[in-house]
Amino acid sequence: MAPNDTAKATATWNGASADDFEVDAPSPGAVMRRRARRHLGLIIGGTVVLIAVICALFAPLIAPFDPYDQELTRKLINPIWGKGGTWTHPFGTDALGRDLLSRVIYGTQISLTIGVLAATLAGVIGSTLGMIGGYFGGRVDAVIMYLINCKLALPPLLVALSVVSVFGGSIPVLILVMAALFWDRYAVVTRAATQQIRSNDFVTAAEAVGCSKTRIILREVLPNILNQIIVIASLEMALAILVEAVLSFFGLGVQPPTPSWGLLVNEGRQYMFFKPYLITIPGLAIFFLVLSINMMGDGIRDITAPEGRN
Amino acid sequence: MTEQTQTPTSQYVLECRDVSRTFMIGRGPFTEKRPLRAVQDISLQVRRGEVLAVVGESGCGKTTLAKMLLGLLEPTAGDILYEGVPISSVDRRDVARRIQPVFQDPYSSLNPRKTLAQIISLPLDVHKIGTPAERKARVEEIMELVGLPRRLLYSYPSQLSGGQRQRVAIARALAMKPEILVCDEPTSALDVSVQAQILNLLQELRDELNLTYVFISHNLAVVEHMSTRVAVMYLGRLIEFGMADQVFDHPRHPYTQALLDSVLTPEPQYSLPNIAMGRGFPNPLNPPSGCAFHPRCPHATELCQWAQPQPLAADGGTVECHLHSDPDAMAKSPRINEQKASAA
Amino acid sequence: MEGNTPKNTSDHVLDVRNLNVRIKVPAGTLHAVTDVDFHVDRGETLCIVGESGCGKSITSLAVMGLLPRSATMTADKLTLEGRDLLSVTDRQFADLRGDRIGMIFQDPMTSLNPVYTIGNQMEEVYIRHGKGGRKEARERAIYLLEKVGITAAASRLGQYPHQLSGGLRQRVMIAMTLMCDPALVIADEPTTALDVTIQAQILNLLKELQDEFHMGLIFITHDLGVVARIADRVAVMYAGLVVETGNAEQVFSAPMHPYTQGLLECIPIPGKTVRGSQLGSIPGIVPALIGEQEGCLFRNRCSYAREACTDGEIDLETGGDQHGYRCVLTPEETVNHIKKAPNAAVAE
Repeated sequence: MAPNDTAKATATWNGASADDFEVDAPSPGAVMRRRARRHLGLIIGGTVVLIAVICALFAPLIAPFDPYDQELTRKLINPIWGKGGTWTHPFGTDALGRDLLSRVIYGTQISLTIGVLAATLAGVIGSTLGMIGGYFGGRVDAVIMYLINCKLALPPLLVALSVVSVFGGSIPVLILVMAALFWDRYAVVTRAATQQIRSNDFVTAAEAVGCSKTRIILREVLPNILNQIIVIASLEMALAILVEAVLSFFGLGVQPPTPSWGLLVNEGRQYMFFKPYLITIPGLAIFFLVLSINMMGDGIRDITAPEGRN
Repeated sequence: MTEQTQTPTSQYVLECRDVSRTFMIGRGPFTEKRPLRAVQDISLQVRRGEVLAVVGESGCGKTTLAKMLLGLLEPTAGDILYEGVPISSVDRRDVARRIQPVFQDPYSSLNPRKTLAQIISLPLDVHKIGTPAERKARVEEIMELVGLPRRLLYSYPSQLSGGQRQRVAIARALAMKPEILVCDEPTSALDVSVQAQILNLLQELRDELNLTYVFISHNLAVVEHMSTRVAVMYLGRLIEFGMADQVFDHPRHPYTQALLDSVLTPEPQYSLPNIAMGRGFPNPLNPPSGCAFHPRCPHATELCQWAQPQPLAADGGTVECHLHSDPDAMAKSPRINEQKASAA
Repeated sequence: MEGNTPKNTSDHVLDVRNLNVRIKVPAGTLHAVTDVDFHVDRGETLCIVGESGCGKSITSLAVMGLLPRSATMTADKLTLEGRDLLSVTDRQFADLRGDRIGMIFQDPMTSLNPVYTIGNQMEEVYIRHGKGGRKEARERAIYLLEKVGITAAASRLGQYPHQLSGGLRQRVMIAMTLMCDPALVIADEPTTALDVTIQAQILNLLKELQDEFHMGLIFITHDLGVVARIADRVAVMYAGLVVETGNAEQVFSAPMHPYTQGLLECIPIPGKTVRGSQLGSIPGIVPALIGEQEGCLFRNRCSYAREACTDGEIDLETGGDQHGYRCVLTPEETVNHIKKAPNAAVAE
């Protein structure tokens, strides 16, 4: 491909050598950043999730009060927009005089810990099974499909309720139960995605080079399905947060006085008619966090979608 | 290991001896599986520096043969020998060092999540050849060899054109200095002008590195241009094998003849060829009796319907056709596809 | 007086003048098709040939009214059998497709619906365009399947696309296209997915059917070998422009545009090209057609490029013999260049 004389001569008026390779196409990273900047859902969802993460990490610095600090003289103060509301307690206080804002802020720790850990653990279990089934096929795949089908036959909430009632509601138990219940969607999706990636010639090329199966799965297949795993992780995380809230609401999840959002709703239940903010504020917190996580998941799917050929 | 045993066998760099591969095809766990004879009794030889072209229509078994040559599939019968040593007795990773593939579709053959540097150095990483600095130097050296500028080192495949991608695929195949490249339709996904660039590159590399190619293609014009030996396959069987000049200038099997006739060159003075062949491509799960080509062959006789022709060695090659192995019997046996030939 | 005008237009089944297609892409405006003129007559085959991204498929989509939403089309003239296609509504265009314009695509597996039988799909076209009832539709389907060389046509009607081989599916697709006796058939790479021996059969079939049904045929392909054998007229496209046009003999035996010459040198011809020799090649890649383009778009790959190639618009000069090309070289210069062209590969 050495440029010949005529090609060199041409270069003088078209500004580039004739066999010049132009790389004006953006790199995958640049494409992602460009799409992310235009994706409103991702920006809004991501911002809310980011705020929640900051709240969880720096709760002691952000929260104005200790969430466990009872002060019966200051009980049931209305939030700032209600009658008698003060800036000291912008979200008001509960029946035991605890600052609701601080409890909501500390609640992000519980929700995010459970959401992230349950979704991650489920993701590791499900994606491993899915990739193994999709890559090896045959009997291995049949066994994994059977496991998935068995899992799908279990009623998730019933299993969660019975396990929690036997082992008691603590954060580690909740995480393990949810991980054991939520891996199936990962397995189904990664299995299908792996089958599709496996048919690509670059996998055959890696086999022809002498790569081990583990290396092919981890280095060739996984990077190509990681975006799909992240999208499911965001959905499962949202689901885990909801399930935790439900279990805690029924008193089967996190135990009082831990400020879990579901528990906050439960505690506010008896004052529901004359102090509705005790329910609406933690309720809205759950709603917006779950909504934002789902929006972020959708956004990640959109910005990492492969570009068409050319 | 002695000199005496080495010399006569290593005359061929690659050799197939009665290689067969049968797949069992079944729709589900409870239905009876049926054998699909993808490759049957193939014997062929390639010398170092040669280009062996494998031609045939889709479903003829050429891709299965390629996978067996690469060591990715094991033959159900027969031996593949590399410099006289059966591949089955060699470690998988040693085979990988000596035989590497180049695929048809440069879009699916490169991992979209990796940079060119990662893709090309993959073989070196897997085999732990050299230090990281040496690997990088080697990657840059090969990139130059295949005509890729160095500044593309950290680009991703999606940033390249089809021709550039195919260069990357060739570079990856060459990273470990293999002796044989198995090119499966390396240019059929490319534009005409790019195809010529890649073919020229392959020719240059062969001269420079003394490579041996197994060149699989359905494009007879390209095959005729590139090859020194030709293997024509039909329904898993090697129906004609020989030196390129011999096969292209004097094709003996009617199917080879038909393939050559169907090449469309940009010469407007010629009209469309009339291929006097029946329309149906047979079902590989239920191949015709006798000679598999007989339902489409204009010369077929009743003999071809029941008797499988045996390979006939001639002029440094083989042909599987009753016309050549049993000319007398063919002359006597009644023709069966007469009206088909005249109607077409 | 009135009789004169329609007669002039009805000479051509399809008449396209100054067709431009612009597509909005993230990076800007893609000049996909620029100043394209062509026409097709009854019983005539026009081949549009070029490499990927040259605008040949976009041109055909524009003619069929199937451009993507992000595309805008302008043309001085676009008529089908004298009818102005620029002013028809989307609905009217949909009525024309399948009726007056037939389409054949590359992959018959994706263009036939896998959940309906062949008979069902063929009859539906006929009934949808109000040509007659179920019974006539069935008769016509059987008649056409026999015409395209399918044996036991009546029993094939009950089969599903996956039960047929690629070659048979393409025959069915062709038969389906002819259900309403279209004036124009547009075939986009119809034989690319087929095996070589089947390709020749399908091309022969198209030729036979054209003789019988007398439709105009636009054949879009990248395969110069196919073009040389079936084209009455050829339009070579590069970077959205028709760079050379003429009859097959003119374009292939005396190519005037350096791009056409280069393409022809890239193809090995059995019996002519010396085996194993270096093939001609066109260095570089197609320019990205984003934004206004100036000068000859082939100049950065052209070994004859000169100062005059850099600016202005180079017109498609059509001589009296209808052989036109978009190049600043005079015919004498071009011929000299061909003689000098280093095509050692081609023996006399």
